[in-house]
Amino acid sequence: MITTQTDFRAAIFDPQMAVPASLTDGSEQPAGKRFNVYRNNVIVSLKEALSESFPVVTKLIGPQSFANLAGLYVRAHPPCDPRMMLYGAEFPAFLETFQPLQHVGYLADVARLELAQRRAYHAADATPIDPAIFGELPPEALASATVLFAPAMQIVQSSWPVLDIWQFNMTKDAPQPSAAAQNVLIGRPEFDPQMRAMPEGSAELITLLQNRTKLGDALETIEQSHPDFDFSALLGVLLQTGALVALTPSQ
Amino acid sequence: MFDASSSSQLPNAPGVGYKPQHFADILESPAPVEWLEIHAENYMGLGGRPLAQLRHLAEQFPISVHGVGLSIGSEGALDGDHLARLKTLCDWLNPASFSEHLAWSSHENAFLNDLLPLPYTQETLNRVADHIDQVQEVLGRKMLLENPSSYLAFAESTMSETDFLRAITQRTGCGLLLDVNNVFVSATNLKLDARAYIDDFPLAQVGEIHLGGHDEEADDHGAPLLIDSHGAEIADPVWALLDYTLERSGPKPLLIEWDTDVPDWPVLADEAKRGARALAPSLALAS
Amino acid sequence: MSNTLKTLAVAGAVAASFTATTVTTVSAAGKEKCFGVSLAGKNDCAAGAGTTCAGTSTVDYQGNAWTLVDAGTCETMDVPGDRMGSLKELNRDLPA
Repeated sequence: MITTQTDFRAAIFDPQMAVPASLTDGSEQPAGKRFNVYRNNVIVSLKEALSESFPVVTKLIGPQSFANLAGLYVRAHPPCDPRMMLYGAEFPAFLETFQPLQHVGYLADVARLELAQRRAYHAADATPIDPAIFGELPPEALASATVLFAPAMQIVQSSWPVLDIWQFNMTKDAPQPSAAAQNVLIGRPEFDPQMRAMPEGSAELITLLQNRTKLGDALETIEQSHPDFDFSALLGVLLQTGALVALTPSQ
Repeated sequence: MFDASSSSQLPNAPGVGYKPQHFADILESPAPVEWLEIHAENYMGLGGRPLAQLRHLAEQFPISVHGVGLSIGSEGALDGDHLARLKTLCDWLNPASFSEHLAWSSHENAFLNDLLPLPYTQETLNRVADHIDQVQEVLGRKMLLENPSSYLAFAESTMSETDFLRAITQRTGCGLLLDVNNVFVSATNLKLDARAYIDDFPLAQVGEIHLGGHDEEADDHGAPLLIDSHGAEIADPVWALLDYTLERSGPKPLLIEWDTDVPDWPVLADEAKRGARALAPSLALAS
Repeated sequence: MSNTLKTLAVAGAVAASFTATTVTTVSAAGKEKCFGVSLAGKNDCAAGAGTTCAGTSTVDYQGNAWTLVDAGTCETMDVPGDRMGSLKELNRDLPA
């Protein structure tokens, strides 16, 4: 009788399964609750890691509800990579389909925001552009330019006031969420992720620019679908968050 | 057998497990800490604060890279991507030491985030030795293998942990990381003699010693069950076992681990001071 | 001048007034502003305190048994469109 790692893992994830028979207390007695040390280490460490990674979702549904929810998630989606900094990538989708929480419609988007923040934190470094370049280039040169964004830049689009919900839970004396769907840009000017709401149409514009569309052409496209598009506001967001790395006018 | 003269390049002095909240304190008043250990997986991002801090600390302190996720004891193959990431980190940092655990933590596509136990059999020995050969080959450096904390035993084991570790070092040329708290925890939990374990341990191969705090629980029969929590001060009997070890091994790089309920820097520095006092007699004898 | 060029001229003038991001410093590397993110997803080699029995709990093992057991901030927060502000009563259309 031997215990394979397949047996061991199965018994860790299923608390109702018997402790594998070849495990002992060192004195030929069955291991009994000694095995629970490993059950606890695995399950509790993963549950805690999930809660630490999604502090706002934890606050929104309460820590005990979150712990019970995490117990389900960690068994359905154990990490697939030893880097715990990446854990929880499937959590937003899990929340989206989790029936008992369907009525809290914004939970999955809040989780997406928290995940994006963590990605920004660990993303590759990049030096933000010097804003002075905008004073040196005539509008025609800007129109011909392609742009490069920082690797840390993340975008979360939501039908909910997702950034306000985040602020309400994480910032002292933050106001109640506003009555607006929010598209959020996350950047990392130095080491700390910064989040800003972007004007509507920004995500589409950024996608065009990421595909190397020239700034003037991209802006024209967006102005057709969003006649009141506020490019100055978006540019402010990009500069404040260090998301813009290079601006290259065509020759 | 891996042929490398480079064993641990760490000083025979106290080091601590690095926690980001201690960054400023360590730069201001590190004494008596002379080196730092990091968990490799926390520095496998692409940039940002973790790597910036590490870059700066590495200019001033020897760094020990301690992997916690390679799963050297896996029944399956080693994760080649993870090994490549370890190589990237070690090539960039050129650490004074690289170590991993005698344990498994990944199974098929799941990472279980814990150091899980192995039966000490010829089959396990062959597999672990092969994996260590692979690690040392890829990294181009000698590694240290750490003895685990045990909460249970396998009926199928055919050799003692010390015999197992000795055979591993002989086959692979790797060094050992002796965790004295783990020895105390395992000996208590499995009713073994901790001093006999030290007597039987291949101390000449030890490149680093670990010390950490443990919690006390009880098993089904009320027998003590110690948990390697790294969340408290090091227990007095563990300090005594360290003295016993150092009398036999001579001075070694000595790491204080504190991973949960991490205290303010002065508390950790005090543990390191106690470590420095424990090292003093063996250092005096060696000089 | 086309609309797009006017937009770019205005935005460019606004952007030029922004100050450049400060140069990275050692002290900035030490000052964590967003502690939550830095603590998220850490690897370590410690065992959990043995007092907890969460790993053996069947409550969080059986999905069909899941219910809200404590009140989070979604009970007290007033999300527009979420008229009741309550987990139990919430039944709303997505905002446009």
